[in-house]
Amino acid sequence: MSSIGTGYDLSVTTFSPDGRVFQVEYATKAVDNSGTVVGIKCKDGIVLGVEKLVTSKMMLEGSNRRIHSVHRHSGLAVAGLAADGRQIVSRAKSEAASYEKVYGEAISVKELADRVASYVHLCTLYWWLRPFGCGVILGGYDRDGPQLYMIEPSGVSYKYFGAALGKGRQAAKTEIEKLKLSELTCREGIVEVAKIIYGVHDEAKDKAFELELSWVCDESNRQHQKVPNDLLEQAKAAAQAALEEMDAD
Amino acid sequence: MGSHAAGGSQAPPTATAGGGETQRTHVAFIFYPSIGIVVFAFDKFINSHGLLMLLFHTNRYPYVTGTSVIALKYKDGVIMACDTGASYGSTLRYKSVERIKAVGKHSLIGASGEFSDFQEILRYLDELTLSDHMWDDGNSLGPKEIHSYLTRVMYNRRNKFDPLWNSLVLGGVKKGPKGDEKYLGMVNMIGTHFEENHVATGFGNHLAIPILRAEWREDMSFEEAVKLVEKCLLVLLYRDRSSINKFQIAKITTEGSTIYPPYSLKTYWGFSHFENPAQGAVGSW
Repeated sequence: MSSIGTGYDLSVTTFSPDGRVFQVEYATKAVDNSGTVVGIKCKDGIVLGVEKLVTSKMMLEGSNRRIHSVHRHSGLAVAGLAADGRQIVSRAKSEAASYEKVYGEAISVKELADRVASYVHLCTLYWWLRPFGCGVILGGYDRDGPQLYMIEPSGVSYKYFGAALGKGRQAAKTEIEKLKLSELTCREGIVEVAKIIYGVHDEAKDKAFELELSWVCDESNRQHQKVPNDLLEQAKAAAQAALEEMDAD
Repeated sequence: MGSHAAGGSQAPPTATAGGGETQRTHVAFIFYPSIGIVVFAFDKFINSHGLLMLLFHTNRYPYVTGTSVIALKYKDGVIMACDTGASYGSTLRYKSVERIKAVGKHSLIGASGEFSDFQEILRYLDELTLSDHMWDDGNSLGPKEIHSYLTRVMYNRRNKFDPLWNSLVLGGVKKGPKGDEKYLGMVNMIGTHFEENHVATGFGNHLAIPILRAEWREDMSFEEAVKLVEKCLLVLLYRDRSSINKFQIAKITTEGSTIYPPYSLKTYWGFSHFENPAQGAVGSW
């Protein structure tokens, strides 16, 4: 960031002379330093996975969740500032609820992603607001099947087959590209996501982490929920085994 | 936004409020330049402290109503039954409406009274179970909690002088600290609520409860419970003019809820009192 110290970075409403909004870029930095978040679209559903960095050994296992349900059929995984993420989650929940109240059917994933993105974008338009220090991956299932969106602090939202945010995003993306997502089932997908998260975790630099996995697929009745405990443990075991195998080579 | 009353009318006096002041229902028209004309009804009266009171409400009387609901606990859970009719005033207008629905994983709700209010209540419950589902923490609302929630909703609306015109029955089974706990309760349009081993709403409260008090047992099998429920339904069919011969039975156990398809009961109208109801009656007609 060569332009640091040259001004133009105090407000989200000021462009730099070369056309950048530094506050948004700083927000993106907050996301890039976060634990890795991965989302993939399998042939029968969506799998979301989070490398949740545990800040204290005394913290109760399972607290500070980073994957949230926002409606029956959709869930949101947060990278970056967790508290900012919860703000987005509560907005997404109320958008989904109000849509259903008005139109009598569940909100489509596209519409939900659009509305959440507008909200995130809104916070980049006023001097009295700061942009969200988090990016989110939104997965859901509607009449057009499973869909995956990623929304960044700038408010852009794109549809993906596989997406990653946080520290290990580059490595994670290369791993996702190797997968045959059109043939992969969610049952296989959770193992792959677990392998990726365990693979990108930097044990030397980072503290302990907890793997958080959720899915929306036919097996979960097209409802977004945590991956059942037995499957989560299997996935963890498979990921650890794969990691040890790599170390042995 | 500027607004001004453009007109108003008065209905005949409906009730006498405190202080001997006559309570009247008014209809007001307010013209909003951006929205158009908004019509609403309100009561205007002087209260016991001498203050002018305006009470706004949307719906004074029920329009489409369902009749009795019967429910009782039996050995494995709770059984609930009602007919599938709905009346428009006193006209039997709709013949296949479902007045028993499942709520969440552990409960059944049955409703008599205004059908549209019941649909609104189902929307509230949908919202409630959705937010419960989204926690995804392994806990879920049981019948006791749902009943408590409904109790608050009904009492709150009655205090706004805008009640949801229903009697609701809530039954369910959920695992508790003392094993499977059966639950059966009721709440009505003024918020009165209680728990019982057997409940009946509307006409059923008069005609079915005596039968249930005489014949209900804690350890009834499902078959026995169905027989008892059908006995009550038949009495109601004979004596309640808003009931129809198309019934739905539903049960809830630890396995979940089942709402059975509608069916009819065999009737016998040849009783001498049915053929000549005036026989032996004391009175001038």
